[in-house]
Amino acid sequence: MEKKIRVLVAKPGLDGHDRGAKVVARALRDAGMEVIYTGLHQTPEMIVNTAIQEDVDVIGLSLLSGAHMTLFRDVTDILKKNNMEDVLVVGGGIIPESDMPALKESGITGVFGPGTPLEDIIRFIKENVKG
Amino acid sequence: MYDKEKLKEIEKRRNEWERTCYAPLKERIPERMERFQNLSWTDIGPLYTPVDVRDKDYIEDIGFPGEYPYLRGVHSTLHRSRLWTMRQFAGFGTAEETNRRYKYLLDHGETGLSVAFDYPTLYGYDTDQPQSRGEFGKCGVAISSLKDMEILFKDIPVDRITTSMTINGPAPIVWAFYIANADNQNIPRSQIGGTIQNDVLKEYIAQKSFIFPPEPSMRLTVDTFEFGFKEVPRWNTISISGYHIREAGSTAVQELAFTLADGFEYVRWAVRRGLDIDTFAPRLSFFFNAHNDFFEEIAKYRAARRIWARGMKDLGAKKPRSMLMRFHTQTAGVSLTAQQPEINLVRVAIQALAAVLGGTQSLHTNSMDEALALPSEKAVRLALRTQQIIAEETGVTGTVDPLGGSYYVEWLTDKMEEETMRYFDRIEQFGGVIPAIESGFFQREIADASYKLQTKYENGKRTIVGVNKYQMEEPVDIPILKMDEEGERIQINRLKKLRAERDQSKVDRALSRLRKAAQGDENTMPFILDCVHAYATLGETCGVLREVFGEYKEPALY
Amino acid sequence: MTDLAGRVLKGETRAIARMITLAENDAPDAAELMSKLHQSSGRAQIIGITGVMGAGKSTLISEIALEYRRRGMTVGIVAIDPTSPFSGGALLGDRIRMMEITTDPEIFIRSMGTRGMLGGLASAVYDVVEILDAAGKDIVIVETVGVGQAEVDIIKIADTTMVVLVPGLGDSIQAIKAGLMEIADIYVVNKADHPGFERTMAEIGSLVDLTVSAGGKRTPVLGAVAIESRGITEIVDEIEKHHSELEISGEMAEHRRRRYQAELVEIIRKRLMNLIFDEAVFKGKVEGLLDRIQDREIDPYSAAEEILSRVLK
Repeated sequence: MEKKIRVLVAKPGLDGHDRGAKVVARALRDAGMEVIYTGLHQTPEMIVNTAIQEDVDVIGLSLLSGAHMTLFRDVTDILKKNNMEDVLVVGGGIIPESDMPALKESGITGVFGPGTPLEDIIRFIKENVKG
Repeated sequence: MYDKEKLKEIEKRRNEWERTCYAPLKERIPERMERFQNLSWTDIGPLYTPVDVRDKDYIEDIGFPGEYPYLRGVHSTLHRSRLWTMRQFAGFGTAEETNRRYKYLLDHGETGLSVAFDYPTLYGYDTDQPQSRGEFGKCGVAISSLKDMEILFKDIPVDRITTSMTINGPAPIVWAFYIANADNQNIPRSQIGGTIQNDVLKEYIAQKSFIFPPEPSMRLTVDTFEFGFKEVPRWNTISISGYHIREAGSTAVQELAFTLADGFEYVRWAVRRGLDIDTFAPRLSFFFNAHNDFFEEIAKYRAARRIWARGMKDLGAKKPRSMLMRFHTQTAGVSLTAQQPEINLVRVAIQALAAVLGGTQSLHTNSMDEALALPSEKAVRLALRTQQIIAEETGVTGTVDPLGGSYYVEWLTDKMEEETMRYFDRIEQFGGVIPAIESGFFQREIADASYKLQTKYENGKRTIVGVNKYQMEEPVDIPILKMDEEGERIQINRLKKLRAERDQSKVDRALSRLRKAAQGDENTMPFILDCVHAYATLGETCGVLREVFGEYKEPALY
Repeated sequence: MTDLAGRVLKGETRAIARMITLAENDAPDAAELMSKLHQSSGRAQIIGITGVMGAGKSTLISEIALEYRRRGMTVGIVAIDPTSPFSGGALLGDRIRMMEITTDPEIFIRSMGTRGMLGGLASAVYDVVEILDAAGKDIVIVETVGVGQAEVDIIKIADTTMVVLVPGLGDSIQAIKAGLMEIADIYVVNKADHPGFERTMAEIGSLVDLTVSAGGKRTPVLGAVAIESRGITEIVDEIEKHHSELEISGEMAEHRRRRYQAELVEIIRKRLMNLIFDEAVFKGKVEGLLDRIQDREIDPYSAAEEILSRVLK
């Protein structure tokens, strides 16, 4: 039985801009992955909870409101507390270059800013997903 | 418009041209693309002639600016007498920081204010509520109380300058802050002017900052219409928007169709409440996107005016002012690139020109750094200068609707109107706008359109300069806006102080009276104003409405 | 995998999730673990919910789950969506409408793609139901999309099957054509506040009248407005009623038997397919046979015979 990559696409916080998250979700589906999209207004707790139940390989966080430093890191903190560091966490949205090192340090392995080709995201996931 | 005989001859000659002049050259030098399509997937031909607009009657269909059906413009002199308002959307961090930015913009020549609120404010939460975590001031200014509004407009003459506020779910409350601030300065309500976006239907469709379900939201909207034309007559109580629908990924035709459908829906609700259409209709305003396809955007604005005028007439409007569509435009945020940000200046200039040629009443130009952050002072100044160059140096303001009569533009205007009518039919089949929203019709159309477009970019079928063509490996070297790191703490302390110093029993009484009014069917605005004057916070006031109306959960089909 | 089965039996969320993944991927140790779990399963009530897209199934399920929680029971939910035959990927979007229950520790929700299986179910759904059952869930709800005659496999797995319809859009007629009318133990017309509700209720009602059983038992038809939590207690009461009827009449045992048969068939089918098309040992042979079929040296039936005789040896 072939193993599918399971991805959780999540929008933390109050940000309502979901065009990108929806486009990425479709693209990942077209690349053969099983994508669970949580919808808007997720708290970090809700995101991790869903990730556990769905046993996802990847969590993709989308945020365009500027709150990424707080909310993305909240998610990685809770993942650490739950010993879920084998889940690949990537992020996208409006994220200035200057913020990327801190995010990477906290466990966001890939950060995809505006203009990133979908192919790059797909390749990154396929190459970096664990197991 | 043209003599029948002459038209036949033109058509003959045109076909000949195509055969003998165009086709052979196309053989020799193939065209750069198989099909030239605009952003609504309409095929654009190499040439347009009188034949393409043969059925048009100049007087019935095209007409004159300032006269029904307003295709050519809403005023006879348009920008010859008054330039569009240069109104830059701005806001970040604390009210103090934003107040400084407003003064900077006014100093540099902007002629109207436009307030951007942060996410907690957009959702009716105070800075110190748990849902606000991490979101304070990031994409707009935090306004949690009348006190904040007072600071926001300190030393700004609200009786002499108009303010547009991009607020939807809690719009009545934030509007009340503005009105109360004027009240406290003894400025008569009849003298303040501005706009509240207050367009909840497009929130369900695109921007997603809705709070309550559709029925109570529409009730609140009509409350504002009613209160507006009675108490604050210079105020535009709604800005029916297509900007966000477009940003979410719709085509230009969808932007046009969905916005106007929303507009007519608001009118129906207000009329159903018993309001006379000619009382509130003059204060309905619109808000469109100015996107990349230059001529398509111009055709879109023209078609919008004509469809609205005809539709309002059908709905029973009698006064000319009830039928003419006034609109604000913003250049397309979604077209800005993080790569080689300076080139955004060029994009914005062209998009802004389209808006001006399309007859806009008010314009916001994006700053070049906005794919990365909120605008720095330098970037927003350049954005303003873009408008000033168009106004002062290009000469386009000297005549009204200069592109009127262009065979291409008239043809495209008609085409967009046709396709809009087809969308109206489809929406009717659902039983109207709200049932269509609940079945996810608009959201699906938008998601499909955005995915289709993105695929074209990914396949290189469409180009974004600097992103999938003409790329450079160059570090971004422009100043990025930094906000006061202490801002959140300042705001939270301010709230603490406010709650400690106000008359709590007065607040409680006002909130309780609002609750009763909301449960009944009185107009909620006066009650909201009482809460606001008592220094109830946004979160507290909105909390009451949340209790009474409940919160909306979107159907979320994708 | 320190005693994964044990942790599943204790109801540990992480373990349940892991176990489901192993079953879905047909991992080598999955069969052994599943056999450990089977001992402790058989207690849970399985409810199957199907209906066309847009009927509001997920919202309804969310409300039903909340009602069961109020009655002191724990719930597992399996939401199945179609896997794309082209890409092999899937958009699993049912969870969005279950936001209210997403943090209740006693409710476990899992989204699954059909992964090429026809009939509306996923191949591993039998395993997943057993896992949730063994983990101690009192109620297991399986949600699937039922758009055509093919998507009625839900009856194989559920004790009680509910078909959800919506007013207008000629849905009731569609349902009849789709064969959904034959499988329901309970009909629910959701979005009862929409125009056309009365007529839809009447249409379903008259169809149901045609199939009144010899004993005068008539399939119940209920209305609901899931998004406003209306009609939910009645629905759950009806499910419970059906459940008792099954127990009392002894039909429950038959249902279970039917489920295990379907499960058995599915396991065997999977094993055979894996054996024939995936295992290195056979794959080479299959390629060779395909070449010969194309060259018209052999016909497909004879080729199949060759494989089967090898397998059955």
